[in-house]
Amino acid sequence: MLNPPERNDDANLPTAARDDGAGADVPLSVYDLTVAYHRKPVIWDVGFDLPAGQLIGIVGPNGAGKSTLLKAVMDLIPRASGRVRVFGDTYRENRHRVGYVPQRESVDWQFPVSALDVVAMGLYDKIGWCRPVRKKHRQQAREALGRVGIGDLADRQISQLSGGQQQRTFLARALVQDADLYLMDEPFAAVDAATERAIVEILRDLKERGKTAAVIHHDLQTVPEYFDYVVLLNMRVVAQGPVSQTFTQDNLQKTYGGRLTLLDEVTEAMRRRESSL
Amino acid sequence: MTGEPFVAWIGQMLPLGFSWNWGLDGWIVVIGGLAAVASSLLGNFLVLRKMSMLGDAITHAVLPGIAVAFLLTQTRSSPAMFVGAVIVGLLTAVFTEWIRGAGGVDEGASMGVVFTSLFALGLVILVQTADAVDLDPNCVLYGSIELTPLDTVSVGGRDVPRAAVVLAVVTVVNALFVLLFFKELRLTSFDPALATTMGFSSKWMHYGLMILVSVTAVACFESVGSILVVAMFIVPAAAAYMLTDRLGLMIAISVALAIVSAVLGHVLALSVPAWMGYRSTTTSGMIAVAAGGLFFTAATLGPRHGVLVKLVRRQLLSLRILCDDIVASLFRGEELEQQPPTATWLAGELFASHWSMKAALAMLRRRGEVADQHDRLQLTHVGRERGQRLVRSHRLWEQYLVDRAGSGAERIHDQAERFEHFTDRNLRDELAKETDTPVEDPHGRPIPDES
Repeated sequence: MLNPPERNDDANLPTAARDDGAGADVPLSVYDLTVAYHRKPVIWDVGFDLPAGQLIGIVGPNGAGKSTLLKAVMDLIPRASGRVRVFGDTYRENRHRVGYVPQRESVDWQFPVSALDVVAMGLYDKIGWCRPVRKKHRQQAREALGRVGIGDLADRQISQLSGGQQQRTFLARALVQDADLYLMDEPFAAVDAATERAIVEILRDLKERGKTAAVIHHDLQTVPEYFDYVVLLNMRVVAQGPVSQTFTQDNLQKTYGGRLTLLDEVTEAMRRRESSL
Repeated sequence: MTGEPFVAWIGQMLPLGFSWNWGLDGWIVVIGGLAAVASSLLGNFLVLRKMSMLGDAITHAVLPGIAVAFLLTQTRSSPAMFVGAVIVGLLTAVFTEWIRGAGGVDEGASMGVVFTSLFALGLVILVQTADAVDLDPNCVLYGSIELTPLDTVSVGGRDVPRAAVVLAVVTVVNALFVLLFFKELRLTSFDPALATTMGFSSKWMHYGLMILVSVTAVACFESVGSILVVAMFIVPAAAAYMLTDRLGLMIAISVALAIVSAVLGHVLALSVPAWMGYRSTTTSGMIAVAAGGLFFTAATLGPRHGVLVKLVRRQLLSLRILCDDIVASLFRGEELEQQPPTATWLAGELFASHWSMKAALAMLRRRGEVADQHDRLQLTHVGRERGQRLVRSHRLWEQYLVDRAGSGAERIHDQAERFEHFTDRNLRDELAKETDTPVEDPHGRPIPDES
């Protein structure tokens, strides 16, 4: 790990750069984070402070290191360098305040468990080692499934759920974790329109209750509609800030480089949006 | 022995053609059953974690650990054997991970490297020392369950086979592990990343499981051998996976199947060769064969993944579709005011075989949708409504495909023909709305109202 520089007064550095316990109000601060696979860096010198109580989109092209960033924050993969602070302390210390929604494809949906079983997994931390899942936990899980609109599917084996329902199950599991910071890996990937609306509702509800959510997102067109703040990532942080100032054509050009088709698409979308205002 | 008259009675009732001795055969079944139960308890998680091959690797790789421990202590009952096996078993898991990570080869290849090398090393040591020590390589590979009842220890004043005592302890340990850590095993097997973020390290769970797999492999190898123990780890669990979609139930079923295969295996080992005029064959082999038979049965008849169920389901679906086609075709005929067709003519028209046509018509007659007028088929009132719904679905789909999906008129019929079977009232209403409630389809034929 690198030593933090002596420029603690530099207001532009993430709070994680300082090691004085500052930033208890910053949900996630990352400083100088580098992750490498086989000596090839995947993300490079990434740094940012996420604002509390907002919905944050993490946006960038395929292979930009978005999932890697989330996993490195949660110590799931080793970091080559860098410091991560969650509410002013290490991730380990504040683990219980973080809820994680992995990519849907990361698990085996043939696994012999019901939707309710999966949601109850969000409570295992609170239940503790070797203690069984009790009725009140199951009740809690059932309510969470109700909140995401699939309360009637609680006892279905998870392979019998549609893709959207599976994603909702994952969100219900995150809800019962009752975290303050949520890290979500592409919750909107390949879901139906109704599920997309339901997820947006859940995100807004979380925000209303003062929670912070950092969401990896692919659909550029919906970024301004869904998020308050955006981190544009392509191995490095290209730009970060409130969507209105940061989500500009110029910054997208820098993030996506020569990928003109995508860029044309979003330019078109933005022109439509502007003309409709 | 108290059981003897009973068994003698069974022997008279059923001409199984073998003799049963509780003091010997009873213990063989108990030992086989314990080995199978202890293994399959853990096997559930090997199957679900897609680590069946690692179980295979470890059960082979513990051999040098056993051999070295045996060489050092000169005894088979020593705890040193377990320690040696656990060390080598863990090394297998660690080496496999390491070669995969550092060498960049896939898991199967790195496992293949590790366990064959270790297994070969164990064999070399065993063969080299076979003269000096009382451990037979054959026995290590295939086990000698028939001899285990002869090697007894005294438990509470009674002579109990040592293998039974060892396996009972291992079974209890494995059962406690699965019961106590049920929640943790479920979480780390299903979603290791989430488990790790919650502080349930999936890595430590993995190595915990590997330690117990190594211990179980050693406890079993004397009875069933290091090759057949793999069958005990994997086969009952894999069969149980076919039969249920709940983890708790899957474990319970795998235990039941393990016991059944042990009993069945020994009975078959005694009886099958006898029928053919040979002496009895190896029981541990027969246990694995019986387990394989149970798996095959589960794979065929299982309610979730069973081949038979899938076959029946597919047959029922194609029967339903044929019924749909008959009703729709009769409806179209009525529309054009054609003479009602005969069953034979319609079968030719719909490319239906004689038997499927017969079955479909029987179904339609029973449901009162089609009636016979001499040798001609006619729709009843109920049947006409079904036909109307189908034709409406078909023509709405054609309209939608031309209108909204921009398909060419020549391709839409086949697509609509498929979609019409899966279109319900809600979908029809939506289609009608999307296509502005048309009265005619692209071919100019009327779209009937909702009946």
